[in-house]
Amino acid sequence: MSFFDYFKSKKNNRSASVAKERLQIIVAHERGQREQPDYLPALQKELLEVIRKYVQISDDMVQVEVDRNDSCSVLELNVTLPEH
Amino acid sequence: MARIIVVTSGKGGVGKTTTSASISTGLAKRGHKTVVIDFDVGLRNLDLIMNCERRVVYDFVNVIQGEATLNQALIRDKRVDTLYILPASQTREKEALTKDGVEKVINELSERFDYIVCDSPAGIEHGALMALYYADEAIVVTNPEVSSVRDSDRILGILQSKSRRAEMGQDPVKEHLLLSRYNPDRVQRGEMLSVADVEEILAIPLLGVIPESQVVLNASNQGLPVILEEDSDAGQAYEDAVARLLGEEREHRFMSSQKKGFFSRMFKGG
Ligand SMILES: Nc1ncnc2c1ncn2[C@@H]1O[C@H](COP(=O)(O)OP(=O)(O)O)[C@@H](O)[C@H]1O
Ligand SMILES: [Mg+2]
Repeated sequence: MSFFDYFKSKKNNRSASVAKERLQIIVAHERGQREQPDYLPALQKELLEVIRKYVQISDDMVQVEVDRNDSCSVLELNVTLPEH
Repeated sequence: MARIIVVTSGKGGVGKTTTSASISTGLAKRGHKTVVIDFDVGLRNLDLIMNCERRVVYDFVNVIQGEATLNQALIRDKRVDTLYILPASQTREKEALTKDGVEKVINELSERFDYIVCDSPAGIEHGALMALYYADEAIVVTNPEVSSVRDSDRILGILQSKSRRAEMGQDPVKEHLLLSRYNPDRVQRGEMLSVADVEEILAIPLLGVIPESQVVLNASNQGLPVILEEDSDAGQAYEDAVARLLGEEREHRFMSSQKKGFFSRMFKGG
C-alpha cells in the first residue's frame, strides 16, 4: 500500500458519517417540501403572471413557501428583480 | 377482520419479497391464518421464493376481473398449512390493479384470514400505491445505504398522506423499520450506516435487523423462505421480527460483528 492509498482508505473509512450527514440534509429538505400545501404551484404561477405585467422575470425568480410554526403559518414570498 | 401489512421500500432489490415470504411464513407457523399477496404485476417473484411457481393457475388480476374465484387463485403452502399465496399476474399491465378491484379482494380475504401480507413492487407509482393503500401496518424494508434510506423516507411520506387511513382521517398506518442486508463488520469500519444512524434519520420504531447473509441466496435458490432455515442468522432475525410484530419483547441480535472462532478463521480465511 502506497503512502497515498493510506490516506485514501482513511477517507473511505469515514464514508458512513458523510452518508449520514448528506441524508439528514436531503431528508429534512424533502420533508419540508412534502408539508407544503397543494395550492403553492398554482399560486406561484399566478403571481408570476401578475408581476410579468410590470417587470420581466423568469420562473425561478418567484419563490413561494409556507413556514408553519406552532401558533401560525407564514406565507413567505421572495421576488428577485432583474438588474438594470 | 384481518390485519393488513404492507412490505414496502420505494427502492428495488432491498429485500421486500424475501421479507414478505419470511414474515408471512412466520405468522402462519404460529397458527395465524395468513395470506401473502404479490402486488408486483408483470414481475412476479414471490411464487419462486415460496416454491409454488408451478402451481400457479390463476392470479390476482384474474380474480379482480372476475375470470377466476379467489378459491381458484389461492395456493396453499405445502409446508405451513395456515399459509396461502395469491400470485401476481405475469402478463397484465400494472393498471389492472384498480382501487375498487383490490378492495373487493382484500375485503373477501379479510373475512377468512387473520393476516394479509402485501408484497409491494418497487417505486412510488401505481403498483406500490395499490399495495400500501389498504394497509394497517407497514414494514419499511431499508438497506443501510443512502438511496435506500431516502426512498424509505419518501414512502413514509406517502403512507402518511395517500393511504386509506390517511385519506379517511383514521389512526395512521403503524410504521416499522426493518433494516436488511446489514453488515456489522463494515459498520464497525465506518463504511456503512449503523442501525442508530438509520433510526435517527427515519425516526420510526425498529422491528428488526436482518444481517447480510449467504443463507438468503441459498434459501431462495431452493424456494425456501429463509425463516425456515431455523439455525441461520437471517432466519432467526426474521423469527425475532415476527415475534416483535406480534407484540413480544425480543432483544435485538446480529447487530455487532460475530467473533470468529479459531477454526472458522482458519478455513474461511477471515
Ligand atoms: N439479508 C440478505 N442477505 C443477503 N442477500 C439478501 C438479503 N435480503 C435479500 N437479499 C437478496 O437481495 C436480492 C433482492 O431481494 P428481494 O427480496 O427480491 O428484493 P425486492 O423484493 O425488494 O426487490 C435477492 O437476490 C435476495 O436474495
Ligand atoms: Mg420483490
